[in-house]
Amino acid sequence: MSLLNTVLNTKQDKLCSVFFSAGFPGLNDTKKIIQDLDANGVDFIEVGLPYSDPMADGETIQYSSAVALKNGINLDIIFEQLKEVKGTVKAPLVLMGYLNQVLKYGEIKFCELCQECGIETVILPDLPMIEYENHYKALFAKYGISNVFLITPQTSKERILKIDEMSDSFIYVVASSSITGAKGEISQGQVDYFNRIKAMNLKSKLIVGFGISNKSTFDTACEYMNGAIIGSAFVNHLKNEGVDTIDQFVKGIID
Amino acid sequence: MEPKFQPTKEGYYGQFGGAFIPELLFPNIKELEDNYLEIIYSDAFQKEYKYLLDQYVGRPTPLYLSKGLSKKHNASVYLKREDLCHTGAHKVNNTIGQILLAKHLGKKRIIAETGAGQHGVATATVCALMDLECIVFMGEVDIERQAPNVARMKMLGASVVPAKSGSKTLKDATNEAIRDWIGNPEETYYLIGSVVGPHPYPDMVARLQAVISEEIKEQLLAQTGNENPDTVVACVGGGSNAAGAFYHYLENEDVELVAVEAAGLGVNSGESAATSQLGEVGVIHGSKTILMQDEFGQIVEPYSISAGLDYPGVGPLHAYLYESKRATFLNATDQEALDAAYELSRVEGIIPALETAHALAALDKMDIKEGQVIVVNLSGRGDKDLQTYIDNLKA
Repeated sequence: MSLLNTVLNTKQDKLCSVFFSAGFPGLNDTKKIIQDLDANGVDFIEVGLPYSDPMADGETIQYSSAVALKNGINLDIIFEQLKEVKGTVKAPLVLMGYLNQVLKYGEIKFCELCQECGIETVILPDLPMIEYENHYKALFAKYGISNVFLITPQTSKERILKIDEMSDSFIYVVASSSITGAKGEISQGQVDYFNRIKAMNLKSKLIVGFGISNKSTFDTACEYMNGAIIGSAFVNHLKNEGVDTIDQFVKGIID
Repeated sequence: MEPKFQPTKEGYYGQFGGAFIPELLFPNIKELEDNYLEIIYSDAFQKEYKYLLDQYVGRPTPLYLSKGLSKKHNASVYLKREDLCHTGAHKVNNTIGQILLAKHLGKKRIIAETGAGQHGVATATVCALMDLECIVFMGEVDIERQAPNVARMKMLGASVVPAKSGSKTLKDATNEAIRDWIGNPEETYYLIGSVVGPHPYPDMVARLQAVISEEIKEQLLAQTGNENPDTVVACVGGGSNAAGAFYHYLENEDVELVAVEAAGLGVNSGESAATSQLGEVGVIHGSKTILMQDEFGQIVEPYSISAGLDYPGVGPLHAYLYESKRATFLNATDQEALDAAYELSRVEGIIPALETAHALAALDKMDIKEGQVIVVNLSGRGDKDLQTYIDNLKA
């Protein structure tokens, strides 16, 4: 069983995940950010692979990606940074990037380096399920990598069942029809959507992302789902406060 | 015989195409994929589409035998006059078709991306015609460079939203349009301007532009007794005018197809948009194609004097035409395109768009046989490029 699945199955609720872009705000901040998030009780950490054209991301993550790229970040450096982190943290790491980065780097090389760095989970929002099934599932399985799929309020019941079947860690429940970015509140419509998904009794754990920006939205999401992911709000914190007060940010979200 | 250059059910031309979209857009793309062929080939759609192409766009556009170019090349050089379409380019063939499709799907809000503003103007035009809300995403840099087209779009009632991300040009405007669609998936229709994007867009746009080669066939037959030319030449950015000019000749390999890309300051100058020469297989805007990128898959910003050709990718059909060698890919520099534009203006009294001028410039690079029948797709007129032409004449 992957480390992530052990975490998901052990804790089961109020799972807290935090996203940031590797190489932001400084090129070499990746290690400190991961270690501080881990030390302050974050259950699993999403490391964003900065991309020139992040079409599913809002302004904040576009910004952190652009700065990180300007800082000189690339996949070679990221894997070096992750090798240094390996063994120093207990929280499992999830890589989140875009398919073209994996394609160009070489799918096999990417998988080999993930394995070397202890990465067992990836999120590639522009890798559709059918492409995954036809071209990536077997390769990822060979390297012990599981792929996370997203669902949205528009995803049909039939498709959610298929996604659940294809998933071997968690399902990324997109809180609303939107790109990433802090929204502030959770509406009744979203609660209805969470309840609808919950009532399906899926085998996969359900983690909410997009629009989880503070303690209140985190707690509300966790009332219905197994946990939530904070992305843009944390990236904004890094942008404004730097890397020295990560503990305060995390304490502001989880007790 | 199985057609070689039609996409598979999943939208693949060879290894290129597909629909690499976030799950958030799956319902939108599925809705289109399930309905586009049925709607486009329904009697009601065809009747309205044909009527608007004839009476609103001004089709059929003429096929004109250029005496000047024919004499120069000792051949028969025909110009397919898409520059005479309403709004000044072939772009409107596609927007008329897609706006009718959007109406059939009950969409209320139309979004589009634009580079030079030609597709934006063509979209704003059909939205005015159909009384639909129109939002055009345009790179902040392009908004500055293409002020007259921005003014046109606004006059037609469209909102022009500046894309401030990335390089602030066409690819970023496309990213912003996709982001908007993700945020507004139900009422909104994304009207893509070229044979790019996730399946079914490349196939749909090619089919809507196919009227160009349909007419070339009829007109050549009437003028020469043979519906097939030896060669069809068209410029390629994303590739919509080329897709339309090639479409009905794709399966007839006796007809040579020449695609002309923008070399900018020279293919290897670092300032170029010759995607087939500089790109590698990659995924952009939902489609696997040939893409200009660095060693880590970051998309490289292309350059051309022509804002309609500086796209870092190319439609998946064209990537396949390149890989399979069905089409010959040539390129022309900024200067070669300018020279070709000045030449056509003088010898024929036709000022072409800068994009089109690249196709004309390729004639000088082709090995033309005596009497060869060549059709150049004159995709657009040069009104929008006058300032560039004037500046470069002075220099």
